[in-house]
Amino acid sequence: MSEQPLLELQGVSKTFGAVQALTHVDFKVRPGEVMALVGDNGAGKSTLIKGIAGIHPFDEGQYLFGGESVSVSGPKDSAALGIEVVYQDLALCDNLDVVQNMYLGRELTKLRRLDETTMERKARETLASLAVTTLQSVRQPVASLSGGQRQSVAVAKAVMWNSKLVILDEPTAALGVAQTRQVLDLVKRLGDNGLAVVLISHNLHDIFEVADRITVLRLGQNVAELKTSETTQQLVVEQITAGKLSTVPGQETAA
Amino acid sequence: MRFLERPSRTYQAPDSAGGGEIDSSSSPSGTTAAPTEANETLGSYVRGRIDGIKGGDLGSIPIIVGIILIAIYFQSRNENFLTSGNFVNLVVQAAPYAVIGMGVVFVLLLGEIDLSIGFVSGVGGVIMALLLLPDGNQVSTPVAIAAAISAGVAIGLLQGVLFAKVGIPSFVVTLAGLLGWNGVVLLLIGSRGTVVIQDEFIIGISNNSLSKMGGWLVVEGAVLLYAVLQYLAVRTRAKAGLPNVPVSLILIRIAVLAIAGAIVVSVLNETRGVPYVGVLVIALMLVGTYVTDKTRFGRHVYAVGGNVEASRRAGISIDRIRISVFMISGGMAALGGIILASRLSSVDTGAGGGSILLLSIAAAVIGGTSLFGGRGTVRSAVIGAIVIASIDNGLGLLNVSAGTKYVVTALVLLAAVTVDSLARKGRESSGRA
Repeated sequence: MSEQPLLELQGVSKTFGAVQALTHVDFKVRPGEVMALVGDNGAGKSTLIKGIAGIHPFDEGQYLFGGESVSVSGPKDSAALGIEVVYQDLALCDNLDVVQNMYLGRELTKLRRLDETTMERKARETLASLAVTTLQSVRQPVASLSGGQRQSVAVAKAVMWNSKLVILDEPTAALGVAQTRQVLDLVKRLGDNGLAVVLISHNLHDIFEVADRITVLRLGQNVAELKTSETTQQLVVEQITAGKLSTVPGQETAA
Repeated sequence: MRFLERPSRTYQAPDSAGGGEIDSSSSPSGTTAAPTEANETLGSYVRGRIDGIKGGDLGSIPIIVGIILIAIYFQSRNENFLTSGNFVNLVVQAAPYAVIGMGVVFVLLLGEIDLSIGFVSGVGGVIMALLLLPDGNQVSTPVAIAAAISAGVAIGLLQGVLFAKVGIPSFVVTLAGLLGWNGVVLLLIGSRGTVVIQDEFIIGISNNSLSKMGGWLVVEGAVLLYAVLQYLAVRTRAKAGLPNVPVSLILIRIAVLAIAGAIVVSVLNETRGVPYVGVLVIALMLVGTYVTDKTRFGRHVYAVGGNVEASRRAGISIDRIRISVFMISGGMAALGGIILASRLSSVDTGAGGGSILLLSIAAAVIGGTSLFGGRGTVRSAVIGAIVIASIDNGLGLLNVSAGTKYVVTALVLLAAVTVDSLARKGRESSGRA
């Protein structure tokens, strides 16, 4: 794990009308590191990743990628940098098969004809490198996959494009125990393969299992960045909820 | 019919074979075991297909069974049904529904509907007929055909833009189209009543046939082309180290195609031979299938039909796909109108009316294209058109009334959609939806 952050945000803010969604947030993630992003509903987690992905660019603050200041004003900009987001509601087409989904919108062609052979071969290689071995066939429709398999395909789709940073939005929210296991192993492997990973989750148990560091957002502010090995679930819960109510005077309505 | 009894509709892993849920061997360092699929044998392929059928993936089985039942029934009632002469008629009758249906398949794949195709076909036929009127201002035949098809494409562009950019539901846009283009047909025909087509080429499309030798050359060429393409596909996949379907299966498919083609051509050759319009329909089907299966555009049509949001996030231009499918639908409808005009050798104020719209959509649906989007094939319209034309033709031989024809066609459509819906339920309960 190198010390130079891959992505570094300095003092980013975002307002939607009268709502201050993010206030001078600092955030960084290094290559090979799994950074968990936690916070209560309305803490600004989604706004932060939408800002990173360029869907809702930040109003102010510095956006540094690989140590250089960059301007990300749309999803294409972030994709060009190597940032891929795996959304909670899985951007997969049920009627298409695994290979077709992994190449959706970026199909390879030869003489304007779809190059199925190369796509299938590369999709297999990517799945193999992530040790996704439970698929019966890469030519089965995504509809026939289990939740964990679908999530694996969505992640594999994200890492296939020389991506450097993968953002996972609640990847285990709708999964059973065994399938959660499958996805968590996959998340660990992404980090081991040298990718920077941002993991949003409400499940502290999952986070303590795979994350190297934890960033806690509360009411649009970064209130803590903790090393997983040096903290406890109890401590993180206190940071998320601000422990005692008296420490957040007058801000109950801000979210 | 095991799939009818399964109550669960939640996603579950395919229970057919292999694929354990938990990857128990997963180590953090990442083992590199690929999803291994050995080359299938014929036996394992057949078992896989049977599992698929039980799970609600019926493919074209119901429709083929349907065609056979229809043929047996009509032949037993009137022995003229399966004669060469009637077979030629059947091909010519099915052609307009097949062509218009193939166009509307693209719209149905998005889960949208185009109600205007009937009268767009009327507009196409009328424009072509008027341009060819020998009144001193007539244009050459290719120009007239191109103008008619262009008009259909332009109509599709207009309706597609209203749907995609303005956001009017496709049902409403094309319902307005249904009324509006009917009006345009009446305005174009004006006081003429009926426009007789005298152009030899146009009349020949539906009424002339290939020579006997020509018919054989076409079918032999098609089988050879299919075999070569299959061989190339297998070789490319083998080179890339990918699993292949069993060679014996490919040989069986080639043999079935060759035998079926030979039977059709020899029956047709007993009288008039293969009608030009039959060759045209097959050619359009091949081009359409190439577009849906082998191009990025086709892939994106299926994607948008399956999940609009996922397609948008994948960077697909939704509007472009939406407008394009209506243009295809309009253009094919106009071409269907030309074929229809060719068969009748004239157009009149009723051009594009009657049951053309609904039977063309019914052809696609009977052939297996889903009205819910994301599922369907270009060839479904051709197969469905054959069914519809068979019923029409067979009941005609039995001298039943027009009322009975509609009722029977309605029942067949219902039966086809029922099979589709039950299969869909089966797919859901076995996790293949």
